[in-house]
Amino acid sequence: MVTELWPGVRAVWSRRVNVPSTAAADPDGSTHTWHLLDNGPQLEERGITPAGTLLCVHGNPTWSYLWRSLLAAATDAEQPWRVVAVDQLDMGFSARTGTFRRLEDRITDLGDLTRELDLTGPVVTVGHDWGGLISLGWATRHRQQLAAVVLTNTAVHPAGYSVPAPLQLALHPAVHSWGTTTSAAFLRVTHALAHPPLAKDVREAFMAPYRSAGRRSGVGNFVADIPADPAAPSWGTLTGVADGIRSLDVPALVLWGPKDPIFSDRYLRDLLQRLPQADVHRFEGAGHLLPEDADIATPVFGWLDRLKTGVELRSGESAPGHAMADASTPETGSTEATSTAPVVGTGSFRPMLAELAERAGDTSPAVVDMAPLDAEPGTGPRTLSWAELAAVVDRLAAGLSSIGVKAGDRVNLLVPPGIELTSLIYACLKLGAVIVVADAGLGATGLSRAIKGAGPKFIIGIERAFVAARLFQWPGVKISATAMSAPKRALYGVSHTVEDLLQSIPGEPGTAAVTTDPDPDADAAILFTSGSTGPAKGVVYTHRQLAAMRDTLKDTYKLQAGTALVAGFAPFALLGPALGATSVTPDMDVTAPKTLTAAALAEAAAAVQATAVFASPAALNNVVATAAELSGPQRGALGEVELLLSAGAPIPEPLLAKVQRLVPNASLHTPYGMTEALPVTDISLEEIRSAGKGNGVCVGTPVAGAKVAVTALNPDGSSTDDPITRPGVTGEILVSAPHVKDRYDRLWITESRSRSVPGWHRTGDVGHLDEAGRLWVEGRLAHILTTAHGVKTPVAAEQAAESVPQVARAAVVGVGPAGAQVPVAVVETQPKARKPAPAAWKLSAKVRETVAAETGLDLASVLLVPELPTDIRHNSKIDRAALAQWAAKALAGGRMGQP
Amino acid sequence: MSTGTAQGRNILVTGASGMLGGAVARLLMEQGHHVRTFQRRPAAFAQDGAQAETVQGSLTDELAVARAVTGVDAVVHLAAKVSFTGEWSDFVATNIEGTRALLKAARAAGVRDFVFVSSPSVAHFGTAIAGAGAGTADPERAHGNYARSKAAAELLALAEDSPAFRVAAVRPHVVWGPGDTQLVERVVARARAGRLPLLDHGTALIDSTYIDNAAAAIARTLERMDHAHGQALVVTNGQPRPVGELLAGICAAAGVRPPAWNVPGWLARGAGSVIERAWTAAGKRGLVRDEPPMTRFLAEQLSTAHWFDQRRTREVLDWSPAVSIEEGLDRLAEHYLGRSAVALNHHP
Repeated sequence: MVTELWPGVRAVWSRRVNVPSTAAADPDGSTHTWHLLDNGPQLEERGITPAGTLLCVHGNPTWSYLWRSLLAAATDAEQPWRVVAVDQLDMGFSARTGTFRRLEDRITDLGDLTRELDLTGPVVTVGHDWGGLISLGWATRHRQQLAAVVLTNTAVHPAGYSVPAPLQLALHPAVHSWGTTTSAAFLRVTHALAHPPLAKDVREAFMAPYRSAGRRSGVGNFVADIPADPAAPSWGTLTGVADGIRSLDVPALVLWGPKDPIFSDRYLRDLLQRLPQADVHRFEGAGHLLPEDADIATPVFGWLDRLKTGVELRSGESAPGHAMADASTPETGSTEATSTAPVVGTGSFRPMLAELAERAGDTSPAVVDMAPLDAEPGTGPRTLSWAELAAVVDRLAAGLSSIGVKAGDRVNLLVPPGIELTSLIYACLKLGAVIVVADAGLGATGLSRAIKGAGPKFIIGIERAFVAARLFQWPGVKISATAMSAPKRALYGVSHTVEDLLQSIPGEPGTAAVTTDPDPDADAAILFTSGSTGPAKGVVYTHRQLAAMRDTLKDTYKLQAGTALVAGFAPFALLGPALGATSVTPDMDVTAPKTLTAAALAEAAAAVQATAVFASPAALNNVVATAAELSGPQRGALGEVELLLSAGAPIPEPLLAKVQRLVPNASLHTPYGMTEALPVTDISLEEIRSAGKGNGVCVGTPVAGAKVAVTALNPDGSSTDDPITRPGVTGEILVSAPHVKDRYDRLWITESRSRSVPGWHRTGDVGHLDEAGRLWVEGRLAHILTTAHGVKTPVAAEQAAESVPQVARAAVVGVGPAGAQVPVAVVETQPKARKPAPAAWKLSAKVRETVAAETGLDLASVLLVPELPTDIRHNSKIDRAALAQWAAKALAGGRMGQP
Repeated sequence: MSTGTAQGRNILVTGASGMLGGAVARLLMEQGHHVRTFQRRPAAFAQDGAQAETVQGSLTDELAVARAVTGVDAVVHLAAKVSFTGEWSDFVATNIEGTRALLKAARAAGVRDFVFVSSPSVAHFGTAIAGAGAGTADPERAHGNYARSKAAAELLALAEDSPAFRVAAVRPHVVWGPGDTQLVERVVARARAGRLPLLDHGTALIDSTYIDNAAAAIARTLERMDHAHGQALVVTNGQPRPVGELLAGICAAAGVRPPAWNVPGWLARGAGSVIERAWTAAGKRGLVRDEPPMTRFLAEQLSTAHWFDQRRTREVLDWSPAVSIEEGLDRLAEHYLGRSAVALNHHP
């Protein structure tokens, strides 16, 4: 039995050390007793030489207790680390010195301590809150020993930024004494910042060293020392550290809880600008007390292990010459890639703007907007020729440049698809600015999370976007895409309008703005996942990868320059000018793809004599539903379409057949892909028909330049690490292609998982390859069922359930503990159920019998719901994780809630 | 491996007058064993012309118990007081002291193997069980006199396990089948009288065991004592179903209307406690003989999930159930209606 002093703290770690002080705050010859949590003696007793030392520094008003998870993980690791977590003087269980210790003293104190401990070998500093600053201070003064820095919610208090508002209040003389020392309010407020709330015994442990007002003097002094302006005594030290870390050449890991009222995302952005090499992970939903809210030990030691083995992963800011130095190529057949270079970045590169530049004298239409932004209804389409588009892009680039937009800056575009969006995209690409494209399909909360996560320096948007920006306090300089009155500009904090940018440019268009082409391997765009599987994730593409996406589309679908296409699917829509294709944006509410009508599609097609249509399943559903409204000429225009592409989610064959009747001369294709790789495979309607029924949805064969493999699954539902291309093996789907994303943005943990098979992107989907080399998607890795009879995928069972006449849509989920789950079908019926309920016995028996006959799965239950929860963007991806939780609860007994 | 037919063993089955005990006795005879039954009332067991030897007596009668175990190689102990109500002292006498006496006598008589037939309720403490393992019996926390006394008896039995005297506990969960008076006939009778409510719409997922599977698992345990001794194994069909659906299936098989009215679980649990106390009091005064319409224990059983991870059981016994729930319901329908329920269950 391990003796614990406090919950999670082993008694052997607690020690006291007498340290002679050299701090200015103390008289000469002073010695103070420090309290530490230190697993060094324990490791020594076991005869273990640690890999190095983590020097952990808490902030205010916590103590070394904050780092207990690191101590436990470091001690029990295969290759243990020593962890020295200090209680700063006047804090925790260290001595109360009776002095007022300032930042400079505290950095000196830490140095005194490490000298006394005689720390040898590499040191990784770890800091939280103001402890982050102090640990960085130590780092800048001990560069010889420094191996890496790890930071969690901290600030280096950059010039130009004010002290966080809650701290300003705490600093007010009338407040701060009462708030920090006299009462324990500051402690309680800080402890209350945990998400979810701290357990009672943990809260008590945090409070333990600060029981009386006398014990809390350090807490008060700590707050009082925070330098609010250059006149403050600690200002000099602060700026010294803040500037000093720019020259730290060690790896850095920043773990961040965004729900922090003190150290908000802007301090993260400041930090990343000073430590551009940092790997970052933002834990959506976690807050200030990150080490309490999230597991930090696993990523910290995972990251340190990777440093040791030399595999570097990048999830932070743009830095050239990055990533995967030892990534091997996925298959030996590849001649382009070498063992020292990533798969991406080896083909020939043609910039995204090359086509536009070549056509700068072309007066034929480049972009057509069926419902121009800011126009009166019924105004009719607006068209820009290639020459006009090129000129607009140049002027916009120059205008943006004139207000400070430069290469590497993130520019969030909150503008509906159309001419403005297209022009802005290419202007940003031209400048080397990074476009951040988050669509309204994420919902207000999701969109807000996405924007705050990406932290754009500029936001260009329509008025509605600025309403939200004001409400949710989105960062960035605001630029209105439409004309805006002065009062509104003031209200929304809008600094510029696109109109101004277009007009205010003197001299020749383009000359001032852009002199060099952007670096092919610099960041170009950040797109967002749909958020159907948790918070939306930012996905970063470089210029080379965007260009590869363009080339893949071109090669797979034989899109010639001069093709005219209807751009009804967002990510592909932005590629039109790069492809050299005339693109037309149909009249529809872009926040809801299902508002595209057959007539609107036909009008758009007619406007440019389109031969290609890009759409989404939700849009096509409505197109089929509104087909009766088509006029003769409109039907004629659709008859000219030669290629129709629907991306986003699989489409059932019957719907495709109906679409085919509307576009009788078109080849229908439904590529499979994800925000991280668009597209991966392709299949046509004919191929869907010839593939027939199988385990999952047949999504066809890899597109030009792409490779697909799977990794086998463990009985617990986790995925192994070896790529397999053998037919018939169900596993997690892997993709390798030049157009796979560069990385997830500020999600180091997610990124390292997605790349853990060198040279491949883990999709999180499960499926198998068949004898013909076709991929069958069987569902999401997170949605597989781990039954007593092995791992099962849901899609085939869902298709079987949907073949029962009353069943409209079905989701099959696992209920119960991993490895012993039972399958449960949650179904939407026709007519719809009024409320969630178990299916009537006869329907239940019918569904069970059908599913068992097709797949061998024995459904424990069939539950009816009025509507299955789906994502907003595609209106098709069912949130099975939430459903599984709901079903488990419903079947545990008690009342049935809503899914 | 010996299937038991090649060399018959002498096996004592207690509680053979019950549905499960009878099924076990008949199955063992079918497998070629010499079966002796032990029960309070006179009874005869015959299977394929073979006649079971019977010893009449009570578990509380030391001499009768000694007679029963003389000359046997193995004991399957099913006899127990099974009731939702009753005085604790009665449960102690039969379930705990009776088991203690039988264990003692069996060991003294040189019996090699002892299978104690228990109940998953010995480790069910009123909260939902979803895919859990068997768990350890706990007389302190089990709910109701039956479960508490069985828990104590199971602990007694497993404590006796040794290489010379091998003891295993088998816990079949909600056993049902043709001729079942405990569950099936009560459900059917109440449904027919319109007195069968569903608790919380009957959504609680529960495991159950078709009678033939329960008997087979017990017989199989005797063959697998090398692996099974010292352990408690929950046995089920491994096909959990919402309780409402199981009851509806049973009603349909019996040709009665399935329950349609709903009672909130919390209300039934509360009412169950009251009824249970009143019934026990009335029973003492000779006013009632039947089981009460609702008890707290029953309400818990009908309104909280309890289904189990069967992986260990199946690995230890190297066995899986031969009769599915659906097939079991067909057989039940055949029993009641003299015709197959295929038309009922699986109409196209």
